[in-house]
Amino acid sequence: MKTKTIEDLLAESAFFKDLAPAYRRMLAGCGRNVVFKAGDLVFREGDESHKFYLLRAGKVALEIRVPGRGAIILQTVNEGEVLGWSWMVPPYKKQYDARAVELTRAIAFDGACIRKKCEEDPKLGYEFFKRFAVLIAQRLSAARLQLLDMYAKA
Amino acid sequence: MSNPASQPVRCAILERRDFPRLVEVLGAKGYRVVAPAVRDGAIVYDELQSADNLPAGWTDEQAGGVYRLKKRSDAALFGYAAGPQSWKKFLHPPLLRLWRARRKAGCLDILPENGQPPKLAFLGVRPCELHAIVIQDKVFLGGSYADPIYRRQRENIFVVAVNCGQAGGTCFCASMNTGPKATFGFDLVLTEVLEDARHFFVIEVGTGQGAAVLRELPHQPASRQEQAAADRLLARAVGQMGRTLDTAGIKELLYRNYEHPRWDDVASRCLTCANCTMVCPTCFCATVEDVTDLQGAHAERWRKWDSCFTMDFSYIHGGSVRASPKSRYRQWLTHKLATWIDQFGTSGCVGCGRCITWCPVGIDITEEVRAIRQSDGAELAKE
Amino acid sequence: MTVESYRVRRLKRETADTFTLELRPVNGAGRIAFAPGQFNMLYVFGVGEIPISISGDPLKPETLVHTTREVGAVTRAMRKLKAGHVLGVRGPFGSPWPVAEIRGSDIVIVAGGIGLAPLRPALYHILSRRERYGRVVLLYGARTPADILYRRELERWRARFDLEVYATVDRAMSGWRGNVGVVTSLIARAPFDPLNTVALVCGPEVMMRFTVLELQKRGVGPQAIYLSMERNMKCAVGLCGRCQFGPVFVCKDGPVFRYDRVKDWLLKWEV
Repeated sequence: MKTKTIEDLLAESAFFKDLAPAYRRMLAGCGRNVVFKAGDLVFREGDESHKFYLLRAGKVALEIRVPGRGAIILQTVNEGEVLGWSWMVPPYKKQYDARAVELTRAIAFDGACIRKKCEEDPKLGYEFFKRFAVLIAQRLSAARLQLLDMYAKA
Repeated sequence: MSNPASQPVRCAILERRDFPRLVEVLGAKGYRVVAPAVRDGAIVYDELQSADNLPAGWTDEQAGGVYRLKKRSDAALFGYAAGPQSWKKFLHPPLLRLWRARRKAGCLDILPENGQPPKLAFLGVRPCELHAIVIQDKVFLGGSYADPIYRRQRENIFVVAVNCGQAGGTCFCASMNTGPKATFGFDLVLTEVLEDARHFFVIEVGTGQGAAVLRELPHQPASRQEQAAADRLLARAVGQMGRTLDTAGIKELLYRNYEHPRWDDVASRCLTCANCTMVCPTCFCATVEDVTDLQGAHAERWRKWDSCFTMDFSYIHGGSVRASPKSRYRQWLTHKLATWIDQFGTSGCVGCGRCITWCPVGIDITEEVRAIRQSDGAELAKE
Repeated sequence: MTVESYRVRRLKRETADTFTLELRPVNGAGRIAFAPGQFNMLYVFGVGEIPISISGDPLKPETLVHTTREVGAVTRAMRKLKAGHVLGVRGPFGSPWPVAEIRGSDIVIVAGGIGLAPLRPALYHILSRRERYGRVVLLYGARTPADILYRRELERWRARFDLEVYATVDRAMSGWRGNVGVVTSLIARAPFDPLNTVALVCGPEVMMRFTVLELQKRGVGPQAIYLSMERNMKCAVGLCGRCQFGPVFVCKDGPVFRYDRVKDWLLKWEV
């Protein structure tokens, strides 16, 4: 059985499959496989943000700790989805905790390296921002609906 | 409902001095006669004891937010237009008990109201009101669930219509094709003529029951001149209409102007007092109330008139769907003139003008529609 | 329609503010015929009468099942009922989910909060005639894990091979192993063929509006989406005027509406 390379996985993922093959190859070069056990912290609020992840399997919960209320899960990122966009925008700091809910395999990408490459090649920068803008918009939209607390009693 | 006429419509003359016979004959046939009466400075509908109690020699002055009774220079019995009440007061009563109930052997024992409604003779129904009755017939009898209480009362009325020889101050029946001449829905119809020291009624038959009543009244066949006199009055009334409502494409006009700035304009004036819905002869919205005695042993369910102008009307989940006065005024007007057409196949408005007269701030639906039509598609100006 | 007496067989607490009444007719064991999506008017003696969707199995007609949330005087009084107490029932009213008409399509059921209650009879119907349909997917969103309705039943449904169930909550405490996110976010990846799918949607109106957007983004047409609307109701037979939504009466033209019929009105505010 041939194990898939990171490049193969990127070609299959909905997020990156339309990326030009040369860029995909470069991106693969900045990525490596990682595994998180259930309960592992992927990153913590306040951490420097230089990495982002493509989840191959499993589930990661984004949490915020609120004094007096505990740790509240705001969003679950699932298989096939991208985790992390704060590496793209200053101050490059993680805003939430991310905790693996179950055994999770992911590809971790060196965001700092990609940022540098985007500065050098604006076209690459545009390809990244195009995709991440959609992701952030979707998260914002979903977050707003959650904010409405629409199932609450009036 | 009266049976359709078995003979052609006959045109006869009833002299004023013989008019009380009409009231007597209806009483003798077992009808309680309901007719206009002066009460508290207005002309309302109430049980009539004798023809002497009709508002002879009275007329009304109506305008936006204005209603005054004035004495006429003649003794016309029907020389006025629509008052604050309409015949829905009897056909769709403002307060009605639907049933009583008690707890019995662990069960709910429901006692429906099965009483036989009184036989009523409506004396003085205007052509616009005939249309209003038919419109409410469609609402209460035309759907998949008919209202049995409405049906029972509706089948027990006798209608003496009265054509309008002069238009009221806020009338626009000509625009709505509902008057000033009655063309259907009556057992008898009268046109009152006062001319050359004569005072008579041109009386036409609409049904077999109407013919049976006419047979017992002293009457003569109407001459050509007498009929012409009646027709002249009706033509004059058409020309006297102070208002018009352009109904061309009105449904689509209102449907595409739900965000028109005029709604904000009318909302700044409308008090949401609900007067318009109470005086409107076609408004039918109601509420249902369940009440109980203090011991909780007996309960009753009552139906009451309600209005789309109340906050309670559209209340769900802790709030009203139509919270703003603007949305409630818009609901009323668009229902009356637009969505009613999709629901029941006709306009909900008969052009009687009551809503204009009885609005404390004189909001005029013909003016509101005109304003929207003139700036069809307008949006609120951007800051 | 007259008010019939029904006896409470059981009152089951579902969540902190939601409960289910199981009712049997007092007189005789007549078949309580209803179509999925319809509602009854339930009357608590001397307190009042409210519309509640039927949430039971159409194939189990001996028992009438209603799940409701405690939101006002009548539901508060209902919450205190015990086995043996008597309620008044008038109905059934309203237009049903088109489950009997659909053949061969995939079905997506999107339920938000208490919206799962009026959809459950549709799912029962579909499961009882499973071979008539393609893939069947249930997407369910609740406020928090404690608010999940019919939890054990959801788990049983999830265990079936012929039904896909995806549940999510708007938020949860750390330790929750299910999905957290708004229910509309489940639509993009749900396994159904948009060109051969009928969607049945029920929940808060704002949730239904956004659900429809997501369904349409995936290519489901406006004639293949059905919503269940809600408005103030008193008579339930189209005579009191209160439940009007534009030109339709929710009690008799609905509560189930095909989306293309109401889409222009959903976008108007305070209608």
